Amino acid sequence: SRQGGLSVLPKDTAAEFSVRSRDRTYVVLAGQVLICRNYKGDVDMAEIDHFMPLLMQHEEEGLVSPVISHGSVHFLWIKHSNLYLVATTNKNSNASLVYSFLYKIVEVFTEYFKELEEESIQDNFVVVYELLDELMDFGFPQTTDSKILQEYITQEGAKLEVAKSKVPTTVTNAVSWRSEGIKYKKNEVFIDVIESINVLVNANGSVMSSDIVGSIKLKTMLSGMPELRLGLNDRVLFALTGRDKGKTVVMEDVKFHQCVRLSRFESDRTISFIPPDGESELMSYRINTHVKPLIWIESVIEKFSHSRVEIMVKAKGQFKKQSVANNVEVRVPVPSDADSPKFKTSTGNAKYVPEKNLVVWTIKSFPGGKEFLMRAHFGLPSVENDEAEGKPPITVKFEIPYFTVSGIQVRYMKIIEKSGYQALPWVRYITQSGDYQLRTNV
Amino acid sequence: MQEWANQLCESRQFGSKMTDSKYFTTTKKGEIFELKAELNSDKKEKKKEAVKKVIASMTVGKDVSALFPDVVNCMQTDNLELKKLVYLYLMNYAKSQPDMAIMAVNTFVKDCEDPNPLIRALAVRTMGCIRVDKITEYLCEPLRKCLKDEDPYVRKTAAVCVAKLHDINAQLVEDQGFLDTLKDLISDSNPMVVANAVAALSEIAESHPNSNLMDLNPQTINKLLTALNECTEWGQIFILDCLANYTPRDDRESQSICERVTPRLSHANSAVVLSAVKVLMKFMEMLPKDLDYYGTLLKKLAPPLVTLLSAEPELQYVALRNINLIVQRRPEILKHEMKVFFVKYNDPIYVKLEKLDIMIRLASQANIAQVLAELKEYATEVDVDFVRKAVRAIGRCAIKVEQSAERCVSTLLDLIQTKVNYVVQEAIVVIKDIFRKYPNKYESVIATLCENLDSLDEPEARAAMIWIVGEYAERIDNADELLESFLEGFHDESTQVQLQLLTAIVKLFLKKPTETQELVQQVLSLATQDSDNPDLRDRGYIYWRLLSTDPVAAKEVVLAEKPLISEETDLIEPTLLEELICHIGTLASVYHKPPSAFVEGSRGVQHKRLPGSTGLGESLESPDTGSAAGGSDAPPAVIPSQGDLLGDLLNLDLTPPATTGPPPPPTSGMQLGAMDLLGGGLDSLLGGDLGGSSAMGAGFGAAPAASPASFSAPVSGGLDDLFDLGGGVGMPMGAYNPPKTVWLPAMKGKGLEISGTFARRAGIIQMEMTLINKAMSVMTDFAIQFNRNSFGIAPAGPLQVLTPLSPNQTIEVALPLNTVGPVMKMDPLNNLQVAVKNNIDVFYFSCQYPISVLFVEDGKMERQVFLATWKDIPNDNESQFQIKDCHLNSDAASSKLQGSNIFTIAKRTVDGQDMLYQSMKLTNSIWVLAELRVQAGNPTYTISLKCRAPEVSQCVFQTYEAVLKN
Repeated sequence: SRQGGLSVLPKDTAAEFSVRSRDRTYVVLAGQVLICRNYKGDVDMAEIDHFMPLLMQHEEEGLVSPVISHGSVHFLWIKHSNLYLVATTNKNSNASLVYSFLYKIVEVFTEYFKELEEESIQDNFVVVYELLDELMDFGFPQTTDSKILQEYITQEGAKLEVAKSKVPTTVTNAVSWRSEGIKYKKNEVFIDVIESINVLVNANGSVMSSDIVGSIKLKTMLSGMPELRLGLNDRVLFALTGRDKGKTVVMEDVKFHQCVRLSRFESDRTISFIPPDGESELMSYRINTHVKPLIWIESVIEKFSHSRVEIMVKAKGQFKKQSVANNVEVRVPVPSDADSPKFKTSTGNAKYVPEKNLVVWTIKSFPGGKEFLMRAHFGLPSVENDEAEGKPPITVKFEIPYFTVSGIQVRYMKIIEKSGYQALPWVRYITQSGDYQLRTNV
Repeated sequence: MQEWANQLCESRQFGSKMTDSKYFTTTKKGEIFELKAELNSDKKEKKKEAVKKVIASMTVGKDVSALFPDVVNCMQTDNLELKKLVYLYLMNYAKSQPDMAIMAVNTFVKDCEDPNPLIRALAVRTMGCIRVDKITEYLCEPLRKCLKDEDPYVRKTAAVCVAKLHDINAQLVEDQGFLDTLKDLISDSNPMVVANAVAALSEIAESHPNSNLMDLNPQTINKLLTALNECTEWGQIFILDCLANYTPRDDRESQSICERVTPRLSHANSAVVLSAVKVLMKFMEMLPKDLDYYGTLLKKLAPPLVTLLSAEPELQYVALRNINLIVQRRPEILKHEMKVFFVKYNDPIYVKLEKLDIMIRLASQANIAQVLAELKEYATEVDVDFVRKAVRAIGRCAIKVEQSAERCVSTLLDLIQTKVNYVVQEAIVVIKDIFRKYPNKYESVIATLCENLDSLDEPEARAAMIWIVGEYAERIDNADELLESFLEGFHDESTQVQLQLLTAIVKLFLKKPTETQELVQQVLSLATQDSDNPDLRDRGYIYWRLLSTDPVAAKEVVLAEKPLISEETDLIEPTLLEELICHIGTLASVYHKPPSAFVEGSRGVQHKRLPGSTGLGESLESPDTGSAAGGSDAPPAVIPSQGDLLGDLLNLDLTPPATTGPPPPPTSGMQLGAMDLLGGGLDSLLGGDLGGSSAMGAGFGAAPAASPASFSAPVSGGLDDLFDLGGGVGMPMGAYNPPKTVWLPAMKGKGLEISGTFARRAGIIQMEMTLINKAMSVMTDFAIQFNRNSFGIAPAGPLQVLTPLSPNQTIEVALPLNTVGPVMKMDPLNNLQVAVKNNIDVFYFSCQYPISVLFVEDGKMERQVFLATWKDIPNDNESQFQIKDCHLNSDAASSKLQGSNIFTIAKRTVDGQDMLYQSMKLTNSIWVLAELRVQAGNPTYTISLKCRAPEVSQCVFQTYEAVLKN
């Protein structure tokens, strides 16, 4: 039966991590389990054998679902590169916890092995087992912070025997994300404010939905256990403190890293925390205002059956003249049977990417207020592909440095450590495309 | 600063590439033998390598259990990595080698006292995973020590070990007092220990629902809320899930918990957010709606729910399934968030379909234009399932938002023009629903529909088209030809199409009798003589019989006005919805099924209910034997969870609505289930007077003689029987009328004694009195007057005492009443103050009428309306009562109540408990909705009443009690 699996999905591999009751962890190689950890112990080990055939059956029927059940057993799965990570349960488990945990496993393994794939699992199976033991016990997720795990579970076991002989206090500390005794010569913290623009534009050019998803990322290089406080031009905060100078921003929803004191934020909007060492995402926010699409696309795509496709795309920078969008890519879908491409652009390069059925028009530097044009011409075969094709939208990628659409600003970052050192915060702003889709008529 | 960007990309590199993959390569003969030798080597390094090879073999599924003693010998080592591998091996094979597993016990005991906490924890963690009974008792002492260990890492591991041990031997854990130790750990100074203790206790409590283990009280709740701020994201989830099981004492406690839980909505982990939402949704039930905080909380819930849609697709899916529940329970939360549910091209199909579902739920007049534009876009996509659902959604919008109906119909017509086969079929199916909702409004499109007749190959679409042709036969010139064309392959059609075709042709015949006699005879004979399908045959016979006995009645039955279809569809039944809200984030919320439906061994587990609903769950302890008790013969789910709107429509459509029949039975339509009864009904039908007075009867002749044996039932009036049967599943009984009581004793009435009662007879309320003259003189000039009262009850005419009442004479009087008098609220509500006058004096008395006299005959609510109304009425308006010592089964109860115009709309059986959903309507158009729970073998019924005017509940309950007990 596994042979059959092999022929359909030759490169596919499944990893199963059983969570909650009667669980196990599997990694299947070509329909075969690569690694598994059974956290509870009652379900027959053979249950996972039903997973791949069921999944393939569902895929064929076009009814793929993240939950597959077989009798009283439920498989909750995610896919990562060529691996399936599958959690098995026969109880009414907390499904959102299971998926969060599976993604956490991917994160931890990726930080350990750089790539999470068949080879890295095989190459490191001893550490993988150790990690699986530490990540979850009896179906309850435990320590999942890879920086902390790396303090006592390492790939070079023999050499680090001494370090491994004690439990880092961090594991069970209230501050479970930062170890004590970190030292830097120069104390610095780098703050990246990145805003992604999500836009959905209808074929007739009206903006159906748009929002801004912002993210504040830190790279912390600070000694000891510093207390940080981040000040933003948050309208709610300004209203609370009675100041009303300058532009403020209304954040629709804010999500914080584990380290931020949530009840403090809830009561007085103060963002206070002891940061994790190194890189981390401190917070994300969503702003639901109407954003003018920063790069506006008008397209005329004419399809002459059995003969040709003519594409005209106009891109316009709808942002300040002083700003420049970098690495702009306009991706225009073309029929899968198109051939002999011809392009003409007023700036940048257009390229046909047949494996993705796209024309990619790249503009390295796109100043605000400018307008550029691209024309493409494709031939169509006289015998047409009769398979129905979807209507993929035009998508756009770009990056505008030194600028945020929302106008959010870091007003201050206070850093206090008991040793009293001076530390420097650096801030950088970027606006980029998120899910940026413009539907076409064809 | 410039370099920094590069650094950002660099991730940590690990030392040399010394990989473990080599261990997988040894697959030679004699491998086990070689490994055995290596395991027993004196060299530590060689031993370790050997163990790794063993584990590698185990990983790829080879059986290396033969090496058990050799591997266990390696257990006593200082090398932590080696120890971990040996333990891993042990966990895998101990169960298959229980005798040898004993060998490991000493090491466990020793390791639990190791100075290194990592080793102590490792030992206690592994111990619990060895599911060998013999070993477990040896592990109690080490576990006890570890539970009190100075290192929190060991304590948090030991806490989980208690749950493991409990899973293996619950009794042992209880005897050893571990549960108490575990409870103590809730007060531990370390948040991770608290979190694991909570997780372990919850797990144990889940498998022992009656253990009262968690024993949640305000003190423990406070501890948990404090730990919530300090523990890891996973610990927060355990604590929140545990909090969700608590029922606050009052609204103040509820609010204070909510205030401390809301900050969790800002956590980056979606699972933390969803568990917090669960707690808030549950505790909100207890907050008064006029509280400012209630509104604040509602506003706080929307943004985090929307943000969940930016999570990974699987998490989005869980979020969407839950939002679907939340929108049904509290539509106000997300009513302005339509746009975020718009489908993206790259969404996985399962996300797309869920988004569509929620879009339909949120559709309203305010956003319908946008929604329709989107749906039209989706309908031209390529994914068949998605497209179908989008087309269906357009139909739903038309039915839900009346103002949009016209635009929806024209959108559907546009889609039909695409000629894409499945789009056309789906469109026709929904257009039929639109016709049902807005009769005589959009029939102009019929011509376009008829053009597509040939391309319909799906039963549902064919049935819908046939229905349309039959329903509008008078407007379609060639209706007979169209229907005839379907008739050719009659026996190849699905039952759905056959039934529809039969009905449609009968309709056609009734509308155009002259041209279609032949056709109708043909279909009747196909349905009755040539079919094996009992449903089809039965229906055929009924029509045949109807047409041959009384064509006028046939017309009234077949062409009767159909009840309108309701707007909301796919609503989850209220009790189930409440239960699912308590399970937000879990598999139950993903499947939209109660855990008992998919988790083995959970049948005895109590169903969760929301706190505001007056603890309906309390009386719900259904023993495992529930289903065997015989009370629960019917399959559950009579209220359709309704994946299939059409199925339901067809049911209605099969229904000869009985409202126009001769003796109007109190139902507005019989359910499909009633068709079964016609087996019996047919007897009398066929046995009855076949000749009839039918003008057309001659054309038919007698119905074909079916097997005579089954038609030996007594002869009685054909058609009337049919209607009687249609009256309901149980034979309707007369209304219960309370016996007369003395209202005015002779002492107070100067010799006039009045006793009386109230009754509702044939739709008329009567005051029935016995007047006795106990005085010495004749009484004359009787008159009666009522004071203003709650329902405006007033005499519909004068009191008819025509002859003088002589001494010792008794007279019975029935005074018809109406409800158009002046209204004033009385206390009790059903109190009536009466003044009776005669030639002697005016006398005043008060009496109470059973509220059932006000229950009108058309008080049967349509199911869908019932669901929507139940949901719509705030929980504060729900009240619950118990009726003791009632020994009827649910069917008997149902038919008794129906006699008093309390109508059963649906019945559901869960775990041996029947739940009857009932409705009644008061003369002033107030609806009362009821859920009556009847447990086989338990004489105590539980009844929950919901009404927009909750004041009536007490009286309604009294009626129930009186009717059921008499």
